[in-house]
Amino acid sequence: MNASMSLAIAQSAVLFTLLSAILPLFLTRKPLLSARFSFLLLGLSGVAASWAGAMTLLANHAEQVVLPIGLPWLHVVLRIDPLSGFFLCIVGLITFTAACYGPAYVQEYIGGSHPLGTLTFFTGLFICGMMLVLLAADAFSFMIAWELMSVASYFLVVYQHHQAENRSAAFIYLLMAVVGGAFILLAYGVLAGFSDSFTFAAMAAADLSPTWATIAFLLAFIGFGMKAGIVPLHVWLPQAHPVAPSHISALMSGVMLKVAIYGFIRFVYELLGGIQWQWGVLVLLIGAASAVLGVLYALVQNDLKRLLAYSSVENIGIVYIGLGLSMIFHATGHTEIAALALIAALYHCLNHALFKGLLFLGAGAVLQQSQQHDMEKMGGLIRRMPVTAVCFLVGCISISALPPFNGFVSEWLTFQAALQGTVLRSGILGAIIPVASAMLALTGALALACFVKVYGIIFLGRPRSPQAAEAQETAFGMRFAQITLALLCLGFGIFPTWVVHTINVIPEHLMGIGLSRAADNGWLWLTPIGKQTASYGALAVLFGLLLSWLVVYFFLHPLRRDNRIRTTTVWDCGFGPLSPRMQYTSSSFSMPIRRIFSFLWFIVEKIKPAEQGKGPRYSLQIGDWIWLTIYLPIGKFILKLAERTSRIQGGNLRVYLSYSFFTLLFLLWVIV
Amino acid sequence: MTGWIFAIVQTLCVVLFAPFMAGWIKWLKCKLQNRQGPAPWQPYQDLLKLSKKEVLLAITASPIFRAAPYVVFSVTVVAISVVPVVSVQLPTSALADVIVLVGFLALARFFLTLAGMDIGTAFGGMGSSREVTISSLAEPALLLAFFTVSMNASSTNLSTVISHLTQYDFILYPSLIFSSMGFILVAIAETGRIPIDNPATHLELTMIHEAMILEYSGRHLALMEWAAMLKLTLYAILIVNLVTPWGVAMTLDTGDILIGIVIVTGKLLILGALLAVAETVQAKLRLFRAPQYLGLAFILSLLGMMSHIILEVG
Amino acid sequence: MLISTLSFPEQLVLTLAALILLTSFLMLAQVRLDSLINVFALQGLLLFAATVLMAIISGKYHMLISAALTLFLKVFFIPGQLRRLVFRLDIHREVEVIGNPSIIMLFAAALVLFSYYVALPIRELSLLSTRNTIAISLAVVLIGMLIVISRRKAVTQVVGFMSMENGLFFAAVVSTHGMPMVVELGVAFDVLVAAILFGVFFFHIRTEIGSLDTDRLNRLTEVEK
Repeated sequence: MNASMSLAIAQSAVLFTLLSAILPLFLTRKPLLSARFSFLLLGLSGVAASWAGAMTLLANHAEQVVLPIGLPWLHVVLRIDPLSGFFLCIVGLITFTAACYGPAYVQEYIGGSHPLGTLTFFTGLFICGMMLVLLAADAFSFMIAWELMSVASYFLVVYQHHQAENRSAAFIYLLMAVVGGAFILLAYGVLAGFSDSFTFAAMAAADLSPTWATIAFLLAFIGFGMKAGIVPLHVWLPQAHPVAPSHISALMSGVMLKVAIYGFIRFVYELLGGIQWQWGVLVLLIGAASAVLGVLYALVQNDLKRLLAYSSVENIGIVYIGLGLSMIFHATGHTEIAALALIAALYHCLNHALFKGLLFLGAGAVLQQSQQHDMEKMGGLIRRMPVTAVCFLVGCISISALPPFNGFVSEWLTFQAALQGTVLRSGILGAIIPVASAMLALTGALALACFVKVYGIIFLGRPRSPQAAEAQETAFGMRFAQITLALLCLGFGIFPTWVVHTINVIPEHLMGIGLSRAADNGWLWLTPIGKQTASYGALAVLFGLLLSWLVVYFFLHPLRRDNRIRTTTVWDCGFGPLSPRMQYTSSSFSMPIRRIFSFLWFIVEKIKPAEQGKGPRYSLQIGDWIWLTIYLPIGKFILKLAERTSRIQGGNLRVYLSYSFFTLLFLLWVIV
Repeated sequence: MTGWIFAIVQTLCVVLFAPFMAGWIKWLKCKLQNRQGPAPWQPYQDLLKLSKKEVLLAITASPIFRAAPYVVFSVTVVAISVVPVVSVQLPTSALADVIVLVGFLALARFFLTLAGMDIGTAFGGMGSSREVTISSLAEPALLLAFFTVSMNASSTNLSTVISHLTQYDFILYPSLIFSSMGFILVAIAETGRIPIDNPATHLELTMIHEAMILEYSGRHLALMEWAAMLKLTLYAILIVNLVTPWGVAMTLDTGDILIGIVIVTGKLLILGALLAVAETVQAKLRLFRAPQYLGLAFILSLLGMMSHIILEVG
Repeated sequence: MLISTLSFPEQLVLTLAALILLTSFLMLAQVRLDSLINVFALQGLLLFAATVLMAIISGKYHMLISAALTLFLKVFFIPGQLRRLVFRLDIHREVEVIGNPSIIMLFAAALVLFSYYVALPIRELSLLSTRNTIAISLAVVLIGMLIVISRRKAVTQVVGFMSMENGLFFAAVVSTHGMPMVVELGVAFDVLVAAILFGVFFFHIRTEIGSLDTDRLNRLTEVEK
């Protein structure tokens, strides 16, 4: 199989998703069977997509095809190149695991009030839209695919529409998706105005004045940023992601946000070109703000999936830090370091897709088994669901950026790129970059705190509710999906040199230069800039850890007199039995950090004193300042404006007709 | 090959030296406070005693609880193995640079805090919660201090950094003075010493590290205690080798290494004495004063970086 | 200019500059009045050391006179006066609440970057080896101002004001080897008079409004509440 087939395979992946959407509609009698069939097709599509993507990446291949469909003067152009291949790989991997996970997971919806056909239909369309966004090579089909992705995911968010909060979350999502789409459309409009064509090739060749380029950049930054969920455009994300079914959340958080990143990279690096360093500073600062605020908001959440959604904001922020660094270095002529930063950002995209997918799938399993959304009611699940617990642990270690797992590598590369800031002769840039890296360090440390909390509260300790005490290990498909992702997290963590070498073709494509010295010391060591500057041997680190573990274990062994471990009750200081309610809860765990950074949240804390027969009650509500200070006033303003404009709707027929009459007069005047 | 053997031997020596370091500080502190303290080698006897004792395990303990001591200990050992102690010719230091080192410490902390939450008592959760709070404030300051040094040496590799610092004549870098001060403050906080945590207390309202390992016994407890001593020694080595890098051998010659061993051990003992004095003269801070202490560390590190940018290269 | 190309005394001046900036941060963080005054005296001492060093490096020994003035005024006289006042008014143990210490500190750090940005073009005009410190002295001035606006107590505000003057003085010393003697004497005299006047005012403010909290002066507004 040679690489020239890759576009055909990618197209077949798209076709499979369409089939998986449509076929179950004809099989409504047997919902379970049709759902299984649909997931099978989705799985095939995922395999095909990652296969096509991997082949393009490995063979450094690009090809294009013009399909005879679309508008008469504008045929649909599809193209696959290393950049889209890389993201296609991400989409394919997560789609595949979601398809493995799906059949067992959706069983709880069977016989419910919502038809399964709707779910599979929109899932297929959603993934189809994402793949087409990656393959599109003209603005027109890009926008159609983009809107398909947005609308289909709206229906997935609103799938369980009997709850009012789901409807309002989905509405906010739709609203922001529409506004974001409009911004992207305008950005393409600017480019199309200078190139007289909608194909990407013509747009890339267009020559923009710096002012227009900046305008186009800002439009694209806002448009794609709205989908990617950067602060302050993130407000839809923590509302929409938690309410969708979990495998959809994994797809939305793991993949859809990456598709937005793809759009941004494609637009800025290839179509726009002529990057200015000020853009990079903007991206860097917004990225740093997203990372810190995202993780701080995640830390205080008690709803597991909402916490994971906020953590996506954080990780997108880390990706944007990498992109911002890359743009700054690119604009100032340090292309090799720019390539390093871009690779770091792309690597983090891949990693985030893997561990966030893993965590959302794990969260789905936990939620399904414990029947709780609230972490305050969970606990002790490691004894009931050991496989899920181990996989979730891998996800938590990876997302907390700890060696030797994958999350660490991409953050390490970002740090390395940031530390090269000294080559910039401009003083102010030399000062901003280290501060941004300090923010990144803070983010990493807080992420650790956040995921220690998540894991400790959910899986360790004692169950805080009867349902959590009754949880069962999940079905094979669900476990298989999680194990796959967990292994990938480890694999991409211990073979970083190979991954960097593979995605090195993307900066070569976009900037004409890649990393030349990443494997200077052999494949075991990752040396992004040079042997002397920095090196990391992930596999050797893992080996060292295992070795010292074994040594310690066997060294202690002969010392045990009677190799016995006695199990007893927990020491309760002689005050009577310990109850699960005495454990630290999610709120109390994050309390010190909540108190230190209290100015960042809108916290309402209420303590109801004890009454007869009832103990004291404590309630905590945490609001998003950005929502309260930016979005609510805008919403109120628009409502007020709507009230004003509603006056013209007087109800009098003659008035309405006179509107038409005057409009006609005005138009005639304009035309003449 | 000699290099690798040297690395293993050096790691073993540090691992064996760590209990003495902890005992030395305790002994000095007792002398300073006019008490009859335990001898400096008391920790060895404690560890031996603990490792022979039976392990009592709570019924609610999960596998994480049993794995955590091994993970924490071996991660700390690996962290020590990548730090140049007596010679910069250390092949292992190419495996992990200073950012990875911070990552190792974070990995150890991850499992330590999880173990604290595992049994399901209030103390464990309290200790874990406090530990992650303190360390999430300390880590940015730590990394900023490291970054300043790395920017000076244009490398994050510890061997390269240390040889860069020793190879020139004495230059007064304001940035290094500040980052050293920031780093020392962070080291005190991270190793659980006064004024952030008190290693000698089991008073529930103040303890952090002890609260997390309260449920451990036998060899598990021995490993946890030993890992804490290792961490203390690791930070001490980093302080003496980065702040006062003179005396670290540049080669693997026996003579150089012997001189290196003598000088580094001497510096470590002096540092331990200073720590004992510092712990004697000051009191522990309230938990919610700790952010101010760590904020000072952060500001110092930040000033270090700024003075590097403004004063030293501009 | 790379620091490794400078002579040792010049390196020492740079270090002192960084330490002076540190004392500014410490002043910003202090909540107790007596320790605030101590830090202020420390800043004066560092300033004195920097001036003496610069005088020796440049060979312009007239700067020793201003150094001596600095030592007398900013290390002994003014801090002594303030301390005496604070003890007489019995507020030396009072803890002053600042809005949000960490945000103010971060803002101060941002001010340092900003003054670096502002000082970049100015720096090109100076030929002295220590010209890099101009940004630092500007930052000290700005942080002094931040102390004035972020605090309530009149005493703290006076200390902030004096610290601003320290920054200006330092800028003059390191960028142009000191101002002309007349100007310097004038400024020193001004500071002295200001310190005495403030002392008098403290008592007046206190007898008039019963506190040294300048927010109480809000009552003097013309606007009806």
